[in-house]
Order: sequence, then C-alpha cells, then structure tokens
Amino acid sequence: MIPSTIEPLLSVSDLAKSYGANEILKGVNFSIKAGEVKAILGASGSGKSTMLRLIALLERADRGEIVLAGRRLGVADRAGKDTAASERQLAHQRRDVGMVFQQFNLFPHMDALHNVALALTIVQKVRKHEALEAAAEMLNRVGLGNRSHKYPRELSGGQQQRVAIARALVLNPSVLLFDEPTSALDVELVGEVLKVMESLAADGMTMIVVTHEIGFAKRVADEVLMFDRGSIIEQADPETFFGSPAHERTRSFLSHVR
Amino acid sequence: MNFDFSIFWNALTSLNYVSGAVLAILLAVLAMVLGTVLGFLIALARSSGKRWLVTLSGVYVGVFRGLPTLLILLLAWNAAPQLIPALRSEAYSPFVAALISLTLVQAAYMAEIIRSALLSVDAGQPLAARALGLTPVQTMIRVVIPQAIRIAIPPTGSELINTIKYTSLASVISLRELLTTAQSGVSTTFRYAEFYAAAAIYYLVIVTVVTVVQSQLERKFLWTSKDLPSASQPEPGTVTLDLKGTKA
Ligand SMILES: Nc1ncnc2c1ncn2[C@@H]1O[C@H](COP(=O)(O)OP(=O)(O)O)[C@@H](O)[C@H]1O
Ligand SMILES: [Mg+2]
Repeated sequence: MIPSTIEPLLSVSDLAKSYGANEILKGVNFSIKAGEVKAILGASGSGKSTMLRLIALLERADRGEIVLAGRRLGVADRAGKDTAASERQLAHQRRDVGMVFQQFNLFPHMDALHNVALALTIVQKVRKHEALEAAAEMLNRVGLGNRSHKYPRELSGGQQQRVAIARALVLNPSVLLFDEPTSALDVELVGEVLKVMESLAADGMTMIVVTHEIGFAKRVADEVLMFDRGSIIEQADPETFFGSPAHERTRSFLSHVR
Repeated sequence: MNFDFSIFWNALTSLNYVSGAVLAILLAVLAMVLGTVLGFLIALARSSGKRWLVTLSGVYVGVFRGLPTLLILLLAWNAAPQLIPALRSEAYSPFVAALISLTLVQAAYMAEIIRSALLSVDAGQPLAARALGLTPVQTMIRVVIPQAIRIAIPPTGSELINTIKYTSLASVISLRELLTTAQSGVSTTFRYAEFYAAAAIYYLVIVTVVTVVQSQLERKFLWTSKDLPSASQPEPGTVTLDLKGTKA
C-alpha cells in the first residue's frame, strides 16, 4: 500500500465545463496518487467522458486546474505568467496522459503493430525499428503477439481494445484514463480486456477508469467515485462504497446496474 | 456511303490521333492534379469556421460549378486577353488557357469531394491521434487524410473521367486534342463516321484504363492483411472449403 503522506500524482480542482448553456461539469475536485486506481461510476450523461477529455487535454476547461506531477496542465508559462497553452504545447503535454476510448478508435489504415508504433516514431521520435520492437513487445504484453500484422477490422472488439491499451501504454504515460473500455464489447470479450487492465494495476500503473463493471471496481479500485449531473457526490473505498453507500442517488444507481 | 475501314484504321493509327490523345491525357491529368491541390485548400477554407474564408470559398464553388465549362473556356481564351494585356503573349497558348479553365472547374468539384471525405472520417480518429500527442498537422497527415483518400477515390475517379471528356471542349479554342484532330480529318474528307469512331476508340481506351487503375487503387485501400505475402497462401480448413463451394 502507498502511504497517504505521498503527494498526489494528479489532482483536479474546481474543474468546470459548459456546452452552450448546459453546465456539464460543475467544479469537480479529486486527486490520485501514483499507483492508485480510481473507478468512476455514474449515469449516462453525467459528465464522466467530458471530465476524462479535459484531463487528457482534448478539450479546454472553462475553469479549474489540472496538476500532474507538480506541473499545471493546459497552461504555458509566458514571461512568468500562466497563459492558455497553444495546440502544439497541448500536444506536448498530452504525452504524459494516456487515453483508452469506448470505441477503441484504432487507426483502420494500419496494422496492430503500426497502430502501437505510430506515436513512438512521430511524437517521441524513436527510430523506426526500435519503435516496431517496442510495439511488438507491448502487443506481447497484452497477449496479441501473434496478431501484430492484422488490421483493426480483422480483430475482435476485445482484441482491438487490447491493441488500443498497448498503443497508449507504449508511450509510458504517468496516468492512464479509460472511458468505459468494455461497454462496446460483447459480454464474452469483456473478460480479456479487464484481465489486461488488472495486470496493469498490479504492475503499479496509475489509472482512472470510468466503468459499469462493478466486479472490476470492487476487485481493482482503491477508491470509487460516484458522478451525478456534473458533480462527484460520493467517494469511498470499494467496501464502504458498495457495502454502505451514503448517498441516496448512489444506492439507486447501484440497484439499477446490479 | 459505307463505313470505310481503311480510312478508320489509318486515322486510328496516325500520329495526329496519338498526339491528340497524349494532349488530352496530359491536360486532364494536370488539371486534376492542380485542381485537387487547389480544391484541398478550398475545402480547408470551407471548413475553417472563419466567416470570410467560408463565404469566399462558398462563392468560388458556386461560380465554378454553376458556369458551363464551355463558357469558362471561351472566357479564358477570348475574353481574358482583352482585359489582361499580359495574356496576349505567345506563352498563353490554347493548352495553357484550357489547363487554367479545367483546373479552376475541377478545383470546385474536388473541393466538395474532399470536404465531404474529410467530414466523413470518424471524429474518434483525430481524437485518438491527439490523445497520443500528435500535433494538428501530424493528425491531419497521418490519420485523417489517409482515411479521407479512401472515401474520395471513387468520386475522384469519376471526376478524372469527366475531365478527360471535358478536354474535348477545348476544340473550340483550337487545342489540337482528339476532337479537333477528328474534326480536321472530317473537314477535308467528309468521312464523319470513320474519323469520329477513331476518336471514340481513344476515349474508350483511356477511360477503361482509368477505371482499371481506380479499382486497383481501391483494392490497396481495403486495409486488410490479405495482400501480405505471408498471408497469401490459402489457409487450411473452412477458407478452402468456402472457395470450392463458391466455384461449384
Ligand atoms: N461536444 C459536445 N457538445 C455539446 N454537448 C456535449 C458535448 N459533449 C458532451 N456533451 C453533453 O454533455 C453531457 C455529458 O456527456 P458525457 O461527458 O459524455 O457524459 P457521460 O460520459 O457521463 O455519459 C451530455 O448531455 C452530452 O450530450
Ligand atoms: Mg461517456
């Protein structure tokens, strides 16, 4: 177990985002220490994906701070003052945060190996053959060493998601975000993806996982967060969260997913 | 008057027709290449979100899709030199005038093809690329454009075929492409059928070649491992049985 005196690796404070007149995130606060796994539950439309996209710097927050390893993300230091980072600066900061999507979003025009190697070569400027070696190794790690020359359309959903995990992992991010990684999968393919995620957690990867898989949250998460209409309404260790949820909305949500 | 096969054959194999065909192909291909480059810029302008760029590019597409190509050729060849003295030089040949006209027209059509191809790439693709740290330009070049090309190939093939046929309009500005060649044969012999038929054969052959190349290209964009050498051997089991089943 990680002692609680350690500084958080990632902390989010007062994070807010609106689309037009709709306030989707209403000032969210939480933090995660290195090696921790947080599971996020919440009804569809409660703003979970929006929060992950903000942390991954895929969209700009209206308000609030994201601090990763002591560095504030989304801003650039210009003459001693924090100003909004440019697209290029954001691209650079995104290297430290990995993201796995519900729909996998593998690049259909590349085989599995090149999906994993692409960002290594063009973002991290690793030499081509070294990148391909690292990619092959990462595909081995997710159990797809024998599928490296298959194109996404030739892989099952579960295999595609494992390639997507390898693609994020190969860049060695400090934190990995998962947005309902098994929601688009047939039930019989969910297990293979969860197994990979569990082994990452066991290896000490820091992960934030939006999921409806209660079993996974119970087994793997250090803490479970309940999202409701743009706010975190409950936050507890799995035993407390599932055993004696404090909030009425949490109880009602849990009675629906089980 | 019967169809005189030897007149037809002499026309078909004459150097005039070959050079007419070469000129038509050169004009069409150049107009398509330049039109695609210009069309790409117009497509970017149309989806830039900047109001004046969107308006300007919208007007461009409206004008060049709206005017008959024949009128644009006549404007470029006859009207433009009256207004712009620099165009009265020798260098402004019928070929140059035709190339400019067809390029301007094709740019308008290609802009629409490219814009809709870019729009139809799944939004999750650039999102995933950006999440990996790719810059906007890298995202465009490595992820979005390759997928847009696949979508744009069939309509672009049709546009190339259209352009090849549109080169015949340049006969009105006396460019010695295929139709002008046929016309000059006709004007001395009045053998319409033979000279026109020879031109028709050239167009059909050119268009057939374009069609074949297009389907080869489409096969390259299937994005499966089937065409890899290692996977090309028939696999044992159901695959082989299926093949036999379809042949029977
Ligand atoms: N780009 C966007 N533009 C407008 N509304 C959006 C956008 N993205 C998300 N929303 C809205 O924000 C709300 C929360 O969405 P989301 O974060 O995807 O929720 P969740 O992931 O919890 O299901 C939804 O009502 C959705 O319609
Ligand atoms: Mg979501």
